[in-house]
Order: sequence, then C-alpha cells, then structure tokens
Amino acid sequence: MSHSTTYVPKSAFAKWFETRLPVAGLVHSSFIAFPVPRNLTYFWTFGAILVFMLAAQIVTGVFLAMYYTPNAAMAFQSVEHIMRDVNYGWLLRYLHANGASMFFIAVYIHIFRNFYYGSYKAPREVLYILGVVIFILMMATAFMGYVLPWGQMSFWGATVITNLFSAIPLVGDTIVSYLWGGYAVGNPTLNRFFSLHFLLPFMIAGVVILHVWALHVPGQNNPTGIPIKSGKDAVPFTPYATIKDVFAVVVFMLFFAWWVFYIPNYLGHADNYIPANPAVTPAHIVPEWYFLPFYAILRAIPDKLGGVIAMFSAIVIWVFMPWLDTSKVRSTAYRPLYKQFFWVFVAVCVLLGWLGAKPAEGYYTLAAQICTVYYFAHFLIVLPVLGFIERPLPLPNSILESVMGVQKVGAGMPAGAHAEPQSKG
Amino acid sequence: MAHPTHAVEPTRRDFLFIATGAAAAVSGATLVWPFVQSLAPDAATVAAGAPVEVDLTPIAEGQIVKLFWRGKLIFVRNRTPAEIKAAEDVNVATLRDPQADAARVKAGHAQWLVVYGNCTHLGCVPLGHQGEYEGWFCPCHGSIFDTSGRVRGGPAPTNLPVPPYTFTSDTKIVIGQEATA
Amino acid sequence: MIKRTLLIAAALLGLSGPTLAAGETPIPPQLSWTFAGPFGTFDRAQLQRGFKVYREVCASCHSLSYVAFRNLAQPGGPEFSEAQVRALAAEYQIQDGPNDAGDMFERPGRPADRFPSPFPNENAAAAANGGKAPPDLSLMAKARTYERGFPWFIFDIFTQFAEAGPDYLHAVLIGYEEPPQGVQVPTGGHYNKYFPGHIIAMPKPLSDGQVEYPKDANGQAQAPETIDQYSRDVTAFLTWTAEPHFEARKRLGFQVMLVLLVLSVLLYFTKKKIWARVGGEVDGHATPPMTHNP
Repeated sequence: MSHSTTYVPKSAFAKWFETRLPVAGLVHSSFIAFPVPRNLTYFWTFGAILVFMLAAQIVTGVFLAMYYTPNAAMAFQSVEHIMRDVNYGWLLRYLHANGASMFFIAVYIHIFRNFYYGSYKAPREVLYILGVVIFILMMATAFMGYVLPWGQMSFWGATVITNLFSAIPLVGDTIVSYLWGGYAVGNPTLNRFFSLHFLLPFMIAGVVILHVWALHVPGQNNPTGIPIKSGKDAVPFTPYATIKDVFAVVVFMLFFAWWVFYIPNYLGHADNYIPANPAVTPAHIVPEWYFLPFYAILRAIPDKLGGVIAMFSAIVIWVFMPWLDTSKVRSTAYRPLYKQFFWVFVAVCVLLGWLGAKPAEGYYTLAAQICTVYYFAHFLIVLPVLGFIERPLPLPNSILESVMGVQKVGAGMPAGAHAEPQSKG
Repeated sequence: MAHPTHAVEPTRRDFLFIATGAAAAVSGATLVWPFVQSLAPDAATVAAGAPVEVDLTPIAEGQIVKLFWRGKLIFVRNRTPAEIKAAEDVNVATLRDPQADAARVKAGHAQWLVVYGNCTHLGCVPLGHQGEYEGWFCPCHGSIFDTSGRVRGGPAPTNLPVPPYTFTSDTKIVIGQEATA
Repeated sequence: MIKRTLLIAAALLGLSGPTLAAGETPIPPQLSWTFAGPFGTFDRAQLQRGFKVYREVCASCHSLSYVAFRNLAQPGGPEFSEAQVRALAAEYQIQDGPNDAGDMFERPGRPADRFPSPFPNENAAAAANGGKAPPDLSLMAKARTYERGFPWFIFDIFTQFAEAGPDYLHAVLIGYEEPPQGVQVPTGGHYNKYFPGHIIAMPKPLSDGQVEYPKDANGQAQAPETIDQYSRDVTAFLTWTAEPHFEARKRLGFQVMLVLLVLSVLLYFTKKKIWARVGGEVDGHATPPMTHNP
C-alpha cells in the first residue's frame, strides 16, 4: 500500500508514533486520500460489502463456536441447544447460516462485475488471481461449515464431496481415508472440519489484505476501463467512496435481514433438520445453491475422474482469463459483440445452477452437458477469438468526459493529488 | 481535504450529518446487544437450578460433606459441640466480616453448618478441619476460616457465604429454597 | 419378520414411487396459518389444543426430545401457566441418577426436564413399530417439506412463504385413504395420498372425536373435533416446537427492518449531499461517449 506524503500528524504523540509505526499514514493513503475513479457504479461497492460479510461471519462464527460441540454424538443437539436455549442463539445461527449465502451472492456479483468490466486484465492480474484464491477458500470454508450441524445433508454432503477425491488414480482411496480420519465420514471428520472451518476464514482475511494491497497498486478499474489520467477523473476515497460504501452495506443489510428474520430456512434443506444417519441417504442430495453450477458440471461428465477434473477446471480456468482474453479493451460497454456473449455466459451459469438442483437424468443431463461445453468454450474460444475479430466502440478521452460530457467540467481531485496511484512505490 | 464548496453551509447539512451519524452509532451499539446477551447463562442452565434435597442422617458428627447446587460446591458440616462452642464464643466485633454464628445457621439446628465451598479470595476449595481454628484452611493463598466458616486470617475478604436452604424435617434440608410460607 | 421389514424399508426409501406406479404425489393443500407472513403469530388456544393432540395421540410412539416442559410456559408458545407446567411435568416419571448407592431411579418430572421418549432407545422404538422407529417430532415442521417448483420457489422469496413444512404435515395427517384400484399396499404399510411414494409405515393416527377439546361457556367444543382440525392444531404445535423463538424472530425482524430503512434513507441523503461537492454523482454507468451527452 502506497505511503503517500499527504498525511501530516497533528499532535506530538501522533508524530512520535508515526515515525515508529506509520500505520496512520498507511490508512490515510489507502482509505482517505486514495484516488477513486469518480464514475464507479454501485457494482463497485461489493468489495466493501464483502469485507463486511467476512467480518460478520467471523464474529457470529466465533460466538457460535462458544456454544457448539464438534462431536458426532452431540453436534446436532448442540445446534438445537443454540436455537432454543442460548440467548439470541437463534439469531446468531440464522445470521451465520444465511450470512454464508449472502457472502456468495455478493461475491458472485463482484466476480461478474469483474468479468464485465475486464478488471482482470493487465495490470490487475495478480489482484484478480488473489480474488480467485479467496473464492476457492470461501468454497472450502462454506462446505465444511455446512457439515457442522451434522444433519442428513451435512453428513451426505460431506460423504459425496470427500469421495470426489477417490477419483484420483492410485492414491485416491488413501487420500479419502486421510480426509475422513477413518473408513467413513465420522467423528474425526467432523472434528477436523470444525478446526479447519475456524481456521480458513482467517486465511481468507489474510488474502483479502493482499487483495486490497494489490488493488491499491494499480488503483480501481472503472466502468469505462480507461485509467485515471488527471486529478479530475478521481475523487478522494474519503468521504466519497466511504459514504457510498456505507450506504451500500446498510442496504445490503436490509436485504440480509429479510432472509434472516422472515425466511431463514429458505436457502437451507429440510433434510438437514434430520440428524445424520449413515444408513439412510436423503432422496435428493443437493449442495448449497452456490455450488450448484459446479455440481452440474460434475454430473454432466459421465465419468468419475472426468467429472471431478471438469468441476475443478471450471474454477481453475478463471486464473488464465487475463491471458485468454485477447481484447485490448477492458470494459464490455465498448465491446458490442462480446457484450452479447457475456450475457449468454451469465445465462449459461444460471442455467447450470438450475440444472444442478435437478435430478441427473434424461434431458437434464443433456442440457447440463451442452451448458458445460459452452462454459468452457466461453473461456477457450470466445475470449481469445473475439479479441481479434471484434471492432470495439471508440473509447472516451477521459473518465470525466464519459460522465460529464466533453464541455462540462466539475470539481475532482484537488490539483496536485497523484493521478497515478503508487507512482512513488 | 480542501474542496471548492467546503465553505460554511446552512445548518440543514449539519443536521443531516448529525442525524445520520447518531442513527448509525445507535444502530451499531444495538447490534452488540444480542452478542453480549448470548454470553449470559442460557435458558437450560437457568431452569436447571432446581433445589436439591439433602438427607442429613448419613453425615456423622464432625464430618463435612461436599455437594453441588447449580454447579457450585457446597459444604454441609455436622459440627461437634466443641466446634459450635468455639464458633459462638468469638467476639464478633473483632472479626473482619462481623457476623454472629447464630446468623449463619438455622435456629434450633446449630449443629448443621451449610456454606458455599469456594474461598472468597479467588475461589479455591479450602481444606476442612485445618488451620488455626480447625474450620477450613485454603491451600492456595492461606486464608483461614473458623468452624462457622468465617474468615479469620489470610487474604479472603469475607466469610464463606450461606446458600439459601431450609429444613423440611430435622434430618432433611432443601438447598436452593428459602423457608418462606 | 425380516422380509416384512425389508419390504417396508424399501417402500420408505423411495424405491416405491416409480415401481408402484401409484402416480404423482399431489401438492399439499395450502392453508392459511395464523403464523404466516411478517406479522404472523401463533394462536395460543390452537397451540394448547395441538399439545393435547400430541400428548394423547402422537406421544405414544413419537418422542419430542428437544422440548422441555418449561418451554410450554415461555412467551411465544402455548403459554401455559407456570403452575400448569409444574403439575404437568410431575405427571411424568423421569429417569435420574445415579444416586449415592449408584443406582438409577425415577422421580416426578420438573419443568426443566425434557419430554421423556416413549421408547428407551431407537432400536426399541424400531422393534416395537415394525422395523422403522417413529421419528422425533421436535423439528418435524422444518424437517419435512415438498418441492415447490418453478416459478413458486422464486415468488416465495418475496411473499415470505415458509409454510411448506406445516402444509405437508397437515396433508399427510389427512391423507389416509383407500388405495386406488391396482395399488398393492405391502403388509405393515398404509396408503397415504400425500406421502411421497404413497406407502407410509405409520397407521392412520387420527379419527373424528378422538381428542376432547376444551368446552366454552355453552358446552360447545372450542374447535371442531375432526381429523382436519386435529391435524391443523397439532401441526401448529409442531411448528412452534420446531422453533420456539419463532414469534420473537419476526418481532425483532420488523424492528431491525425499520431501523435499517431509516438509516439507509439518512445515508442516501448524506451521500447525495457529499457528492454534490464534486458536481453530484452523474450516472456513472459506462456509456459510449457523446450518446450520454445532454
């Protein structure tokens, strides 16, 4: 994070402290004076919303861990103890369980915003790949968290997902028994999942710090995709972006509260209110909604190893996006042809999600296979080819011009504020 | 940050900022409430604090019995006549926590002393029949209690407290229930 | 015996659906529950009647192990008086111990005790019920549901429809009927219109007039003593046992929504005010240059 010189300690103590640990200057340059493109839409508030969600999940999770018992014989009962006897325990649990879904809603909007505006392109590749790492850690955390209540879906979800690793040739079965700590999903599995479920969010927080750091080197992308060229293109982070982010977070909380207080079990599964039973599998094993598109890809391939590889590739392929996309233009707003493909891609992802919840039979499987092929074709064919054949629309000369028109001039960053963040390293 | 329009403005703007800030502060503070409340004893624990009935007949003279009520340790001591006399003959005014022995037992049942079993200093369990007064002696920091459970030396600030209890017959007490109507 | 058990187990595991060719399972009738919607609350009298149905009918086979007697006196539930709950608890024998001699013993229940199970363990329950243990009912209203299907599952987010579980429970309780022509009901199974696969191990539990309801001043029963009404009442009771803080949740929800709404309105205007310093926030959506120019 750049250490700008604009921060001037006011008191003697602040000065003394700043020369020893320049944290105030760091905060000042990163979150106060940091230049933000003035044309950011509300799609750019999801970073702040995600930070809020991570904090909310960690806080509610730490409290729940005080009341939860990670033992196969007592886990289900301890969750009911939280729901019934712990003061506001029902609120903590519903916040945490629905919070996971809210986290994923926000992260998917964040990811698709990035896809649409080409935020993954140079010079933001590392920033973007760190984001993919966060997403993968989130998936692992969410999966293990869903196992903890030790209901039927917890148990069978854990069984099915850990069995994915048995597809690995030669060592698969050994890996799976090491994951389980036994010959089936059982108490050791629950214990280690609890331990890791507690650990991973802090790893996420660590990668988030790197993600924000990597963001502050090139600065934020914006709807035009063109960089900040003068102070007039930008506004200081505080108060402009801060107040907008706070407003967006509160509106998101409103949305969050709707689920928590009125339909808290909508996103869960009824079967998870039945205690885990290793002798009976629920009629329809369905993962949580945020895994559904990947689950559909898994089932679309009629081969165990192939399905697992396809599913993991579906995420890993994101890492290569900055190099698969050959277009020089970042923002899809100026790419008329790609814009259509983008929305087809979104539709395919939603369709895959829907298919993931349907039984894997007949036309559903066929549809999932077509969608899977398209999913990979989007990355491997559409992105590289369009860059060569597409004629992008003319780009505006500056961010200011794109929002104000050419003639009008408004007040932006005060003169002298750096247009190129990180120019001083 | 200096801004072109950052001059003195009408109070309406100030009011808006103050109202928003205050609303945010109050909402944020309220958000803490359920988290703090969840730390309090839960409903099951509170409800499980049912009174405990104790049969005194198996407790021999001079014996101290330990039992639990609400998860807290309680001593029931069948005092010898000598121990009772020692407890009653003390000049109350000289005590750190002045209290007559009669106020610490039930009338007509001076033989039975019922006290919480954790030292009032920092909660260790004192050893019975030890210390200068042969009441209790706390091995942790050396607090001394007499045969009435009153502090007589060491760092403990107060006497061992008496839990609520009542005699339902001469040989039965119910701990956790005061003798009311 | 084993053969019969296997047969029922097979039926219950959902193998029965297509193999029995019994047709589609109809959608449970959608009832208007008092606890539906953002301001929904329980009807106390209904919960008390439902408890009576549970106690006199269901409790002989089904446990209610997550519910304590004291819960019956809590606000937001059937709200029996403390004295009623004490007297009720004392009617049950609860195993306690070990005592000083090391023996387990039975004593009258206290409000803090949970409802004792009708069988000592799950194997005993299964053995006494044709190989399938009757499930615990505490969470039944949340543990059972039916597929809502498109587009209802989207509408449900906006209408706050969360009563699929109760609708299903009620439907199963009223769903017993003679099997249609050509449907073979295995021994130990029973035909139920709304049960997935139609073959349910539980025999028809309710019949008209089975449970006596409290009488009003005119000597009239508080509610009709019919299968349908019993099913509604016991379902409402089980909805409460599945979530004893149900009413508190909706009440707090309304307060939270209100506060957040006020806060977001204030923040919106504050944001507008602040952005006015830089000429306001023009619609920042990327548009090709000039087309946006007024």
